[in-house]
Amino acid sequence: MKNKILPFSVMIIFGIIFFIFYKGLEDSKIYTPDVNTKKEIPVFNSKEFFSRENVKSSSIFELDKFYLLNIWSSWCVPCRQEHPFLMNLNLDNEVNIIGMNYKDNLKNAENFLKELGNPYKEIFIDLDGTIAIEWGAYGVPESFLIYNNQIIKKYIGPLNKELVNEINLLIK
Amino acid sequence: MKIIRFFLIVILFYTFSALRADELDKRNNITKNLRCLVCQGQSIYDSDSEFATSLKILVDRKIDEGLTDAEIYEYFKNKYGEWILYDPKLNKNTYILWFMPLLIFLLGGAIIFKKLKKKHN
Repeated sequence: MKNKILPFSVMIIFGIIFFIFYKGLEDSKIYTPDVNTKKEIPVFNSKEFFSRENVKSSSIFELDKFYLLNIWSSWCVPCRQEHPFLMNLNLDNEVNIIGMNYKDNLKNAENFLKELGNPYKEIFIDLDGTIAIEWGAYGVPESFLIYNNQIIKKYIGPLNKELVNEINLLIK
Repeated sequence: MKIIRFFLIVILFYTFSALRADELDKRNNITKNLRCLVCQGQSIYDSDSEFATSLKILVDRKIDEGLTDAEIYEYFKNKYGEWILYDPKLNKNTYILWFMPLLIFLLGGAIIFKKLKKKHN
């Protein structure tokens, strides 16, 4: 009887370890930050895209209005895909689209807007990418829906038709 | 006179380099403990992605502002969640991770103890 306890317990322990590791295999290893947490928008100083004048975050975002902050760049291919959706969203005029030009060559960025149109009400520049980090973003494109200085929802990756519909529902 | 001058130069040299090394050490330590979210599995220190270079600039800025290590970690944790830190804290999601080795150690110890006792008898 006593001799059987040892192999039995070893088998159980291996079973448990196997189960834990097997479960671990199924989990996604790609981490994305939580997109539904409501957070205050950060305070920052930047430069306006066209005039290159200093601009404060408090002067961009007013209370009681919906804003969509879109992080974009002329070198970013998915930004090209989502641009038509931003143009469409702009037609309704219910949400103010604010652009954040991320680590870009400003000449290229201007050409990008000339070619595809400018859906943004205001654009500011993030040359070294630090403002994007203040926002908790980690790439382009990324969009934040903002109301009363609170981030309501965060969209990582390019916007598409479904997400535009979702935004339209949220701002009603 | 020559000896004094020599020592002065040596002391100056050492204090100067120690200060720089100190700052660099702090920065390297912090960036090694932050996970790059773009190239997952690499630390910010190792990575050269756009995200990592920006984050390094921000870490430098926070060190210049005089924040402690803990405050800097807290800052990034607020922005991106617990996952950005390589050193997981003890909470309900990680207790298995923390107590499993201890449990296995105790179990193994018990088995060895029993065996030894048996032999003694």
